[in-house]
Amino acid sequence: MAKKESTLFNMVSSLVVVTLVASTALGYVYELTKGPIAVAKLAKKIKAIDEVVVEYDNNPVDEMYKIPIDGSQDSLEVYPAKKGGKLMASAIRSFSPKGYGGHVWLMVGLFPDGNINNIAVLEHKETPGLGTKMGDTEFKNQYIGQNPESFNLKVEKDGGDVDALTGATITSRAFSQATQLAFDTYMKGGQHE
Amino acid sequence: MSNMQNFSKGFFKENAVFVQLLGMCPTLGVTTTAFNGLGMGLATTFVLLMSNIVVSLIKSFIPDKVRIPAYIVVIASFVTIVDLVMAGYLPELHENLGLFIPLIVVNCLVLGRAEAFASKNGLIPSVFDGLGMGLGFSMALVMLGGIRELLGSLSVFGIQLIDMDGILLFILPPGAFIALGFLIAFINHLRKTT
Repeated sequence: MAKKESTLFNMVSSLVVVTLVASTALGYVYELTKGPIAVAKLAKKIKAIDEVVVEYDNNPVDEMYKIPIDGSQDSLEVYPAKKGGKLMASAIRSFSPKGYGGHVWLMVGLFPDGNINNIAVLEHKETPGLGTKMGDTEFKNQYIGQNPESFNLKVEKDGGDVDALTGATITSRAFSQATQLAFDTYMKGGQHE
Repeated sequence: MSNMQNFSKGFFKENAVFVQLLGMCPTLGVTTTAFNGLGMGLATTFVLLMSNIVVSLIKSFIPDKVRIPAYIVVIASFVTIVDLVMAGYLPELHENLGLFIPLIVVNCLVLGRAEAFASKNGLIPSVFDGLGMGLGFSMALVMLGGIRELLGSLSVFGIQLIDMDGILLFILPPGAFIALGFLIAFINHLRKTT
């Protein structure tokens, strides 16, 4: 079959047909994958909560509440983990806009008195092999069991107590900042029992 | 050219990375580990195969002057499909590669094969060309990722060999250029002597 000539009508009609077919196919795939994507996201969230709080028997996702951040329009999501109605720990979804590649999202697990139980990395765009090491236990361990009241959440370069990752000081700063934000916001507006 | 030649030329004779120097952005960007290189290579192979198939089928309906926008729409659609399907069914892999999937759209290898091969050949040769080029691209990415991972973090496919810090430079972008330069020199030497 000979090639179609490049008349205006041919060009417009062929582009319309191509884009129409493409968008129909994409709409179909989107509908098809919407369910599984939502399930995968929820599973990821629950996994992060499990990682940072202690034993619980309630449903933290259902009991989620929000605390507004000081001096900002945003608020943080808090997932309380309770056992027998008693608050054991809370998972706070916190962030810092100052990562090396934009926002860094963390799930910070705090005991009611503000002690850090554990921290999980949710989303980030840090450098693979450098900033991504913030998720390793080696780096996270220095936060565990600390209370930001006494543990200065700044990297050593800035006069704090955090031993920064080699080659990823900015990431370490963002990680500490997000933890600090979770602590400050939770101590001010969170449920403590 | 036979189908076998269409398939095998992508690995050595016309390898996208080492010989044609196409698709440098994902090549240099994602190859910090062998696993990332493999995932990126296979995702690209899928997009390349599908876009080659569709372009070879619709080529006679598309007027010459608008062929590039039409091909790009086809390629972008398949990339979005890969992105969505991966997010839904392979969330672990998507977490590692999610950032780089949209980059496949601007990988000139995909458009290059649509323009240089699929738009001039039939369905069957295009399938072999897409598979060969894609797998050759994957091979190159795994080689480069493997070398950078080995030197940079002293591990192979995520398995730590020696518990020590590697040469940081190879994880960083300059390491990608250095490793790629040596690889191309090596491949060119092989091509000249054989």
